Amino acid sequence: MQTASSHTISVLVDNEPGILARVVGLFAGRGYNIESLTVAETDARENLSRITIVTTGTPMIIEQIKAQLDRLVPVHKVRDLTVEGPHIERELALVKVRSTGDKRVEALRLADVFRAKVIDAKTDSFVFEVTGNTEKVQTFIGLMGNLGLVDVGRTGIVAMSRGGDAL
Amino acid sequence: MKSEESATTGADLLVKALIDEEVEVVFGYPGGAVLPIYDSLFKQNRLRHILVRHEQAAVHAAEGYARSTGKVGVVLVTSGPGATNAVTGLTDALMDSVPIVCLTGQVPTHLIGNDAFQEADTTGITRPCTKHNYLVKAVGNLARTVHEAFYVARSGRPGPVVIDLPKDVLMNKHDYVAPKMPVQHKSYRPQVKPDADRIEQAIAMIAAAKRPVFYTGGGVVNSGPKASKLLAQFVHLTGFPITNTLMGLGSFPASDKQFVGMLGMHGTYEANLAMYNCDVLINIGARFDDRITGKLAEFSPRSKKIHVDIDPSSINKNVHVDLPIVGDAGLVLEELIRAWKAKQPKIDQKAIKAWWAEIDGWRARNCLAYKQDNETIKPQYALERLYHHIKDLDHYITTEVGQHQMWAAQFLKFEKPNRWMTSGGLGTMGYGFPSAMGVQIAHPEALVIDVAGEASIMMNIQELSTVAQYRLPVKIFILNNQYMGMVRQWQELLHGGRYSESYMESLPDFVKLAEAFGAVGLRCHEPARLDETIRQMIEIKQPVIVDVLVDKAENCFPMIPSGAAHYDMLLGPDDKAQKPVSEEGMVLV
Repeated sequence: MQTASSHTISVLVDNEPGILARVVGLFAGRGYNIESLTVAETDARENLSRITIVTTGTPMIIEQIKAQLDRLVPVHKVRDLTVEGPHIERELALVKVRSTGDKRVEALRLADVFRAKVIDAKTDSFVFEVTGNTEKVQTFIGLMGNLGLVDVGRTGIVAMSRGGDAL
Repeated sequence: MKSEESATTGADLLVKALIDEEVEVVFGYPGGAVLPIYDSLFKQNRLRHILVRHEQAAVHAAEGYARSTGKVGVVLVTSGPGATNAVTGLTDALMDSVPIVCLTGQVPTHLIGNDAFQEADTTGITRPCTKHNYLVKAVGNLARTVHEAFYVARSGRPGPVVIDLPKDVLMNKHDYVAPKMPVQHKSYRPQVKPDADRIEQAIAMIAAAKRPVFYTGGGVVNSGPKASKLLAQFVHLTGFPITNTLMGLGSFPASDKQFVGMLGMHGTYEANLAMYNCDVLINIGARFDDRITGKLAEFSPRSKKIHVDIDPSSINKNVHVDLPIVGDAGLVLEELIRAWKAKQPKIDQKAIKAWWAEIDGWRARNCLAYKQDNETIKPQYALERLYHHIKDLDHYITTEVGQHQMWAAQFLKFEKPNRWMTSGGLGTMGYGFPSAMGVQIAHPEALVIDVAGEASIMMNIQELSTVAQYRLPVKIFILNNQYMGMVRQWQELLHGGRYSESYMESLPDFVKLAEAFGAVGLRCHEPARLDETIRQMIEIKQPVIVDVLVDKAENCFPMIPSGAAHYDMLLGPDDKAQKPVSEEGMVLV
């Protein structure tokens, strides 16, 4: 039996209507997982968007996913960052905490430790912006759980290979 | 002739673009949203429009046209129900890799999303059942989109492309500038030329084989007639056995002594055992479909596998292969032949001879044997006689789906590609008749026969009206056993003979039905009268329905029950008692 593992896949696509539906529909229709998905235009002149997908599967499934993505007509490039050498992954989270007194002070101190920025403050609440790899973001959110956490928004993972090579 | 004129409507512009794509015929059905296109069609005489009686039939007709000519088939339907009715045909074309451009009407852009009359989210609905689709939002993009759609439909692995056309886009005015042909998509470039070192490796593997088999499919047909010639050349160079998939029939001459017949669930004993026992499997343009492989864990377990496919996603999808070669079947074959001739590899002739002796032993089982008596017509016999009468005529065969389809694949012999149109991937009952119309439009002088079952033919029977209107002398050859035969066969083998809803109650009188539509109806139930009936059918230069009343109980053998391995074939009715189907197998379709 082949074992399943997590892969981070970067996909360069034409920024046209329906492209996200095509990619998501492919995953849904063929029963693949999406653990994280980010998408935004990255080249306005060439009208290109970059989609970063984190998915899990056996090597045969991952190979299928990449081949299926690559055969979508508006897809330019598909790169499996997990197998193509070292890469970096980052995500950003907005974390809202509502508390007063000690808890409020502790939240602010921990935010400092995690180099999270305060981007909104009221006398009884903060919104922190934290970036880093998934583990760091996860840990920070976990810590806030006891300190008045009321809301979380996460971007999902964006990733890029290390070194000078471009997608 | 390139057409250039200023300030034409979107609809006129569309027609010009189709003409520039050398489209000759459009299969369609009008409706509110596409009226501007019908108006443009009315004002010209370059494009021929064939009015079908249901949009599903329009797509199947375009498929028949495309598969028998190698050209792109074109469909024109209205918004809403027009588009949703076309979905089955589009899915069929996607599964069988048929190049289709389907133009769908849409409500005006300002009404999109408003639940307007006859509005459907056509691009949403057809996204998973097309190779690609477009919604044209401005008339300025229309011509480019049309040309790009044709490029996408026919490039790489062919498939259906939908262009959704809002009514206001069709009525707005814009200049048409004839493009430089052929138009390409800005980034879509499927790989068609194989890697040279893969070819070298393939030659080494093929030359070292002791028990090889070629397993070739629809990819060879789709590559064009030249690919079939190259396939025959390469197979003859090696002297190896070859089997075809259902979709590949005709890509290698059935009468050739190296041909061991079709493989798969209802394939021949010798083809399936050759697959199971081979040491090198050379797959060209086939996709290891579940009807071919049977039980995956026991599929050709001892072979090294070479897989040539134009679609990288077909490689290692179901079966792990040792040497994948991405490329067009024809170009790959050309390279293989060139490399083979340059290398002049030494084949182990002794081993190949022993392999052939083994295959001939399996052949001697005569797995397609059946017993014809004087009383009732066996469906196999009907097809054998049909083939006897048509083999020297310029003929094309389409089928519906079910037992008759498998018997047709087994008993009709295909010597050339593009002569056999059947719904392989989707298994669409109702495919054969409209498909035959499309074939007949493309080949007006040829003999076009839809081999049908009495259940399938009812699914698009309304097209009798179309063949009457265009005087298409299509022949419908019904093997009538008064059952959904394949359903009944599975119920017999898997569900204790409980024939739940598979008996065809209240069938029409097919002779009278034909007459009601101005066609000719013939009926035959005696074996002795069969030849005369077939001869009559061929001689009548009009649409004909032949209602052949066949043995109701006959089953289609050989059969690999689902979930079983290639060596586990049922060869005939007496064979089934010893081999009950596993529960695991019953879950599979």
